[in-house]
Amino acid sequence: MHNKTLAEIARDLEAKNYSSVEVTQHFLDRIKNLDAKFNSFITVTADHALAQAQAADAARAEGKAGPLTGVPIAQKDIFCTQGIKTSCGSKMLDNFISPYDATVVKKFNNAGCVMLGKTNMDEFAMGSSNENSFYGPVVNPWQENTVPGGSSGGSAAAVAARLTPGATGTDTGGSIRQPAALCGITGLKPTYGRVSRYGMVAFASSLDQGGPMTQTAEDAALMLNVMAGFDERDSTSLDVDTPDFTATLNKDLKGMTIGLPKEFFDERLSPEMAKQIDAVKNELTKLGINFKEISLQATALSIPAYYIIAPAECSSNLSRFDGVRFGHRCENPKSLKDLYERSRAEGFGTEVKRRIMIGTYALSAGYYDAYYLKALKIRRLIHNDFENAFTEVDAILGPTTPTPAFKIGEKSDDPISLYLSDIYTTAVNLAGLPGISIPCGQINNLPVGCQLIGPRLQEARLLNIAHQLQQHTDWHKQAPQIEAN
Amino acid sequence: MEWEAVIGLEVHAQLNTKSKIFSGSATNYGAMPNTQICDIDIGLPGVLPVLNMEAVHKAITFGVAIGAQINDQSVFARKNYFYPDLPKGYQISQFELPIVGVGHLDITLEDGRSRRIGVTRAHLEEDAGKSLHEDFQGLSGIDLNRAGIPLLEIVSEPDIRTAKEAVAYLKTLHNLVRYINICDGNMQEGSFRCDANVSVRPKGQEKFGTRTETKNLNSFRFVERAINYEIERQIEVIESGGVIMQETRLFNADTNETKMMRSKEDANDYRYFPDPDLLPVRVTAEQIRQIKSTLPELPAEKQQRFVDDLHLSTDTATTLVSNKALADYFETGLKAAPEHGQLVANWVIGELLGALNKASLDITQCPIPAEHIGTLVARIIDKTISTKIAKTVFETMFNGEGTPDEIIEAKGLKQVTDTAEIEKMVDEIITQFPEQLADYRSGKDKLFGFFVGQAMKASKGKANPAQLNEILKTKLQN
Amino acid sequence: MAITNDEVKKIAQLAGLQVTEADIATYADNLSNILNLVGQMDNADTSEVKPMAHPFDNSARLRADVVSEQDQRDALLAIAPETESGLYLVPKVIEE
Repeated sequence: MHNKTLAEIARDLEAKNYSSVEVTQHFLDRIKNLDAKFNSFITVTADHALAQAQAADAARAEGKAGPLTGVPIAQKDIFCTQGIKTSCGSKMLDNFISPYDATVVKKFNNAGCVMLGKTNMDEFAMGSSNENSFYGPVVNPWQENTVPGGSSGGSAAAVAARLTPGATGTDTGGSIRQPAALCGITGLKPTYGRVSRYGMVAFASSLDQGGPMTQTAEDAALMLNVMAGFDERDSTSLDVDTPDFTATLNKDLKGMTIGLPKEFFDERLSPEMAKQIDAVKNELTKLGINFKEISLQATALSIPAYYIIAPAECSSNLSRFDGVRFGHRCENPKSLKDLYERSRAEGFGTEVKRRIMIGTYALSAGYYDAYYLKALKIRRLIHNDFENAFTEVDAILGPTTPTPAFKIGEKSDDPISLYLSDIYTTAVNLAGLPGISIPCGQINNLPVGCQLIGPRLQEARLLNIAHQLQQHTDWHKQAPQIEAN
Repeated sequence: MEWEAVIGLEVHAQLNTKSKIFSGSATNYGAMPNTQICDIDIGLPGVLPVLNMEAVHKAITFGVAIGAQINDQSVFARKNYFYPDLPKGYQISQFELPIVGVGHLDITLEDGRSRRIGVTRAHLEEDAGKSLHEDFQGLSGIDLNRAGIPLLEIVSEPDIRTAKEAVAYLKTLHNLVRYINICDGNMQEGSFRCDANVSVRPKGQEKFGTRTETKNLNSFRFVERAINYEIERQIEVIESGGVIMQETRLFNADTNETKMMRSKEDANDYRYFPDPDLLPVRVTAEQIRQIKSTLPELPAEKQQRFVDDLHLSTDTATTLVSNKALADYFETGLKAAPEHGQLVANWVIGELLGALNKASLDITQCPIPAEHIGTLVARIIDKTISTKIAKTVFETMFNGEGTPDEIIEAKGLKQVTDTAEIEKMVDEIITQFPEQLADYRSGKDKLFGFFVGQAMKASKGKANPAQLNEILKTKLQN
Repeated sequence: MAITNDEVKKIAQLAGLQVTEADIATYADNLSNILNLVGQMDNADTSEVKPMAHPFDNSARLRADVVSEQDQRDALLAIAPETESGLYLVPKVIEE
C-alpha cells in the first residue's frame, strides 16, 4: 500500500478499496517501525491523524468527500499547527505549541487530508544537508550515513522511504528541490506568492515559498491544488486565479522549446551528472520538445547575492526569538541584555547564528551599500536574465544539484562548500520563479534530479512536462530498498 | 555674545483608526493589559503584516492639509533593535521613502506675526508597547496593547527659533490633526507626543551648532520648559569653554531639567532595510485628488471665512478656530442668530469659556447645548430679554435647567415693553417720591438715575431700559 | 575581506547573541570566508541597476480598517515563559 502514489491512494479511497483510517494506520505503523533509522519526523501525531481519518471516512460516507479527503500527508515542521508542537528544527521552539494554524495547514485540513506528523528539517530551514536540526540529522533512505539534502530533508526522506505519500516543504534557496533530487522524489517550488506564507516560520521572507514533495508530478499537482491560492493575510500573496494543476498534465509537448543555460553546463558540472541530464534531454526530444542554448550570465552571482539577501532577512526575522513571549528562555537572566543574548545563544544552533551574524553585518552601517544593496542589484540582473530567456523558451532545464548526496559530516565543517551545493537552485528563488526537481537516474546508486524552471505562474507547464516525462520513464518509480527491522 | 537657538520638532501622532496598522486588533485606550493583542502584534513565528488602508488614507489627508508632496511610492522598512516593548525585534517604519514629503505649516505668534515652518516629511510606523515598572519582584511587566497602533511621525525643518515658536507650531499642528480627524490629540494618553532637537549658534552664524534631542515631551508646557532649559544649558556649556555633545536627553517635569540618556556613540545601528513582508505603497493622483476634494475646512480657511463672511474681529476668529470643538460649537450656535456672529462669539468666548474655565471643563463637556447659546442671543436681539437678564438665563442654563425660552417663561423674565404698563409703573414711582421729584424738577438732574433704579426695581428688572428712560424723562418733566 | 575579533563582538551585540572568546575566532574565520565568497559580487557592474527587494514589482494590497480580533490574552500568554497579572515579565527595564 505504501508504494502507491498519492493519486492512487486518492482513487482507492474513492473506490472504497480501503478506508482512510486503514491507510493512515498503515503509514503510522510504518513510521513507527522504520523512522528510528531515518529520523525524518520530529513529531508524529498519531491520535490527531486517526481522528482526522475517522472524520474523513465519515465525510466520505456522507458523500462529502473531495479529491484528497482521507489522504495522509506530512507537514514540514516549519508550518504552524494549532495545539501541536511547531519546532522549526530548533531548540528555540522545542517548547512551542502554536496557538494557530498556518494557512497551508488550514487548507489541507479543509481538504480533508490527514496529517501524520511534522517532518524534520534544518533549523529554521537553514541548511542543505539536514544536519542542522536540533533533533539530529535525517538519514537518506538510499544509503546509510548519507545526507538527504535540506532544508526539507525530513519531508524528502519520508516520501522516499514511503513513510508518507506526500509532504510539504519550503524552498528559500533550493530547500524543496535539492532534497527532492538527493532522495529521488519530485519536489516543486511554486512561483513566489502562489502559496501563502502565513504561518510558515519565516527564514528569508522575499524568497521563502512552500510547495509539495511527492513521488510524482501528478501528486505534486494534486497537492498544489490544495496549497495554492490567494491569502489576504499574506501581503505578498498573488491575487490570481488558481488553475486546476492536474487538468493540463497530459497536454501535448510538441513544439515546446526548452532552454539549456550554458552556465549550468560548464566545467563545474560533473560528466556523470551531465550524462543524466542528457538522458532527460533525449526523452524530452522524443516527446517533440526542441532545445536551445541560452545564457543566464548573472546567475553566476546567485550564490553570493543569495548568501547576503537570505541572511540579511533572516537576521531580522529571527529577532523575535528573544525569550519574552514564546520559545526558549535562559535560566535566571541577570539583565535584559543577558536574557536576550543567552536565550538566543542557547536556543539557536551554529549555522543559524552564523547566518544571523553575516546578515547583521551586511545590513550594518557602512556595509549596507557594498553588500545588501549590491546583492539586490544583482538580484535584478538575475531576474532580467530569466525574463529575457523566457522570451525565447518555454522552460529551462538543468541539473538540480552538482552531485548526488554526500556523506553525513562530510561538509559540516565547511559552510562554504555546503553553500555551493545550492548553485543551481538559488537563482530561481531570487527571481521568484517556479522550479521543479524530478528524478533522472542514479550515480553510484544514489538518485539525482534535474530541474525545470518556468516563467512566473507557469507551474502547470512544469508539471505538464514533468508528468509527460514520467509517463515515458521510470526514474521516479525507483525507490530505496528498505528492510523493516 | 548673542545666541540664537535652532529647533526642529518630531511629533508622533497616533492615528485614530479602529484597528491596528498591521493587524485587526482593537486600538482602544485604557483596555486591560494585553487584551488588545493578537498573533501578529506579539510577532508569533510565521505571522505577517497587512497594511490598514485607513492609516494610509489619514497620512495622505495630513499631507494634503499641509500642502505637502505625497510620494507616489513609499516603502516600509524595518528598524532593528531589541527592546521588550518591541515584539518582533524590529519596528516597521518608513525610512528612505516616506509617504508624505516636504510641506509646511503657518503659525501665528503671540504678537500676531505669522511664520511659515517647513515640514520635512511625515511617515507611517507602528507604535511600541509599554513597560510597566511596578514591582514584580524586581522585574518589569510588558503590556503590548499599544504595539501596532498606527503612528504618523511628523518631522519639522529646523526653522523654529524660540520655545514659544515651538509651542505655537505644536498647537497649530495639534489643532490641525484634530480638524482633519486623523488623531484625537489626547496628550495625557500619549496620542500626540513630541521630541525636540535643539542647538544654539552665535547670532548671524549660518552653520548649525551640535544638537541634542530631548524625548517624550507630553504637554505644551513641558515642551516650552525643556527647550528653554536646553537652550540655556547649551549656551552655558559653550560660554564656559565646553562643547555640546550629540546626545539624547530626557526631560524631568519635576525639576524642569533635561538629563542625558545616551550619547551618539551608544546609539544603535538600526540596520534599516525594506520590509520583505510588505510591498511598496503606491498612491495615485486620482486618490490624492479625491482626498483633497473631501478635505474638511482647515483652521486657516475657517479663520478667513469668519473674518470675511461673519465680520468677526481677527482676535475673535483666531480664538474660535484654535480649537475645532469650539469653532464647531460657535457655528452651531450661530444658526439661531445668523446675522449676529460677533455677538454669538462674544457670548461663547466671554461668558461661556469663563464659566467652563471656572468649572474646569472643556468645550466638549459644556453643559449648554450650542443651539441654546444661539437662542439666548436671539432673545436679546428680539428684545425678549435684556443683556442683563440674559446673564441670569445663562447661569441657569449652565446649571442644566432648560432652554432659554423655558427659563424665561418659568421665571417670568420676559422684558416689559408695553408702554401703558411702564407708564403706570412710572406714575406710581413718581407719586411715591414727591420730595425727590421736586428736587429733580428744581434742577437736580442726577436724581434721574434714582428714578430709573426705583422703576427697574419695581419691574424686577424686566422693563425695557430704553422705553423706561424715554417714559421717565417725559413724565418727570411734566 | 577579513573580519576582526572586535567586529565579531560588535556584530554579536547588534545581533543579540552571546559569544564566548572561543567562538569569536571561529566566527571571524567563518564570516571572513563568507565575505570572500560574496565579494564576487564586485565583478558585476551594477551602476545602472535598480535594486530589487521583492521578486516582483508589485504594490501593496491594503486591508479595510476593521477590528477582527477578539481578546485572546489567556491563550497567547499561556505560551510565554514568564507572566504575571496579564503581563509579560522581563528583567527590569531601565527607563530610557
